[in-house]
Amino acid sequence: MSIECKGIRKTFGDFVAVNDVSLQVGNGELVALLGPSGSGKTTLLRIIAGLDSADQGQVLFDGEDAAARDLGARGVGFVFQHYALFRHMSVFENIAFGMRVRPRSIRPSERQIRDRVSSLLSLVHLSPLADRLPSELSGGQRQRVALARALAVEPKVLLLDEPFGALDANVRQELRRWLRDLHDQLNVTSVLVTHDQQEALEVADRVVVMNRGKVEQVGTPDQVCDNPATPFVMSFIGSVNVFRGRVERGRAHLGPLTVPYPEHPGAQPEPAAGYVRPHELDVERHGSNDGIWATVKRIKRMGAVVRLELVHGGDVLEVETTRERYDALRPAPGDQLYVRLRTLRVFVGAS
Amino acid sequence: MRKRSVLPGFGLTLGITVCYVSLVVLLPVSAMVARSTSGGLSGFWAAALSPRALASYRLTLTASLVAASVNAVFGLIVAWVLARYRFPLRRVADALVDLPFALPTAVAGIALTTLYAPTGWIGKPLAAIGIKVAYTPIGITVALTFIGLPFVVRTLQPVIGALDADVEEAAASLGARPWQTFLRVVAPAIIPAWLTGFTLAFARALGEYGSVVFIAGNMPMRTEIAPLLVMTRLEQYDYSGATAIAVLMLGASFVMLLAVNGLQSWSARRSA
Repeated sequence: MSIECKGIRKTFGDFVAVNDVSLQVGNGELVALLGPSGSGKTTLLRIIAGLDSADQGQVLFDGEDAAARDLGARGVGFVFQHYALFRHMSVFENIAFGMRVRPRSIRPSERQIRDRVSSLLSLVHLSPLADRLPSELSGGQRQRVALARALAVEPKVLLLDEPFGALDANVRQELRRWLRDLHDQLNVTSVLVTHDQQEALEVADRVVVMNRGKVEQVGTPDQVCDNPATPFVMSFIGSVNVFRGRVERGRAHLGPLTVPYPEHPGAQPEPAAGYVRPHELDVERHGSNDGIWATVKRIKRMGAVVRLELVHGGDVLEVETTRERYDALRPAPGDQLYVRLRTLRVFVGAS
Repeated sequence: MRKRSVLPGFGLTLGITVCYVSLVVLLPVSAMVARSTSGGLSGFWAAALSPRALASYRLTLTASLVAASVNAVFGLIVAWVLARYRFPLRRVADALVDLPFALPTAVAGIALTTLYAPTGWIGKPLAAIGIKVAYTPIGITVALTFIGLPFVVRTLQPVIGALDADVEEAAASLGARPWQTFLRVVAPAIIPAWLTGFTLAFARALGEYGSVVFIAGNMPMRTEIAPLLVMTRLEQYDYSGATAIAVLMLGASFVMLLAVNGLQSWSARRSA
């Protein structure tokens, strides 16, 4: 089922949580809503689910207004950050719940329920734990029960609200991969809310970056990484070095750098900032005329990559380089290195 | 064979608990039991099982049970509304619930009697359709309901307040209708507290005296509650008779409280 949000707006008192957001999710797609806390991503998800109602705008499921349908009749499976399992019910009963509460006329038989629950249990790799209570499970297991419970009602849309937010890093990594496999297997339209850019980039077909109730950019993980539409996306997805300055007469003057900027030929200066990622910087022993000299302050070796913290004037530059390059240069704190920029993205306007 | 525990002070606190409970609860009770049999066992049974005493037990038990049950139902609704919703004067309503705790029971009794007497605000219209409240078992039940309400509300309110909203949302998104969500998801979580509230209201009603005597009419065999019968016997200097009735009441109450406590811990285990 496809989802379309049209001009969604939601306020809580004076706070605008979601500000005129439009969004499309295709059938069978996995889309991540990515943003910092307070960006409105969870509110938007809850509006799609029908747990909250929008002040303005529409949610369409397959072109049909979803507000006309009851919460239970929307065909939405919702997975909560803190699992929201029924504490007094076994794993089996938790998963069976959605089938048991159906009106008698469309309720599956006890046998069908049993079969469905056991196939879901094996799907989430929890078959041996059917009789356990939620309190006897680990966080990762609980979240898989919650997912199986949501899938039990055969939802046309699966909505996940920071599903791995409460888990530790290793489990999160594992569940992330598993969720992607599961999605490839079931192909149910899914929307995942997360504040973890790694998670969004790794799992989703498309990423929607949100900030302050607005959509900043919609695109594939590659597009969002390589062609950030706004300074916010640039700095939210991965770490970044910023050079502030101005543009005028077709050139950008950004701190120690001056680069051509033909998009702004006028004489009227505009504030601007240049962004470059740590891995887009090269360091050398010898200088030329297209970079800057900086002093090594700190060296952090992290497996295959090495992070160098350099100082130029009062500014700190983060450089990420390979282990091989580091071994060839052998820099020590206090050394002068020449830093060259492979790319620089310039955004005009105050930020 | 002492094991070191992370929580210190087991020996000390247990010692204090045993001493305190013995001094405050067990000692008076044993004195009462000793006094009740001072007239010999046959005297004890004669006093404890006299027709008048039996009638008072029956009245006290039924009125207390009915009152506690009424409170269980309406107390749940009151606690639900106070814990879940925000509305004007909520704090006032919240404070009103405690009033039966704070009010001297005699004051409550007089107020209720004035209201429900055949000439009172409520008693008059009720009398017109043939229902007599004051000076009947119904009046006793009304008084016991009044004093029992806070027990149910105050035990349930924090538990309802602590329920996770997302669990109910999960149930709703899985297609459960509101009554199904309540019965299958909410009820199991609040039943232990509910039983506790019921037990407390019931226990309080069994021993209640002050608010009842005014509205009861106190006719032997008809509207005389057991605590009043004890008072009557005391006024007649029949100490062993009074204590015999008291001991029987005490034993019966204790057994019932024990049973409800057992039920409660069983349901708490189930919903843990």
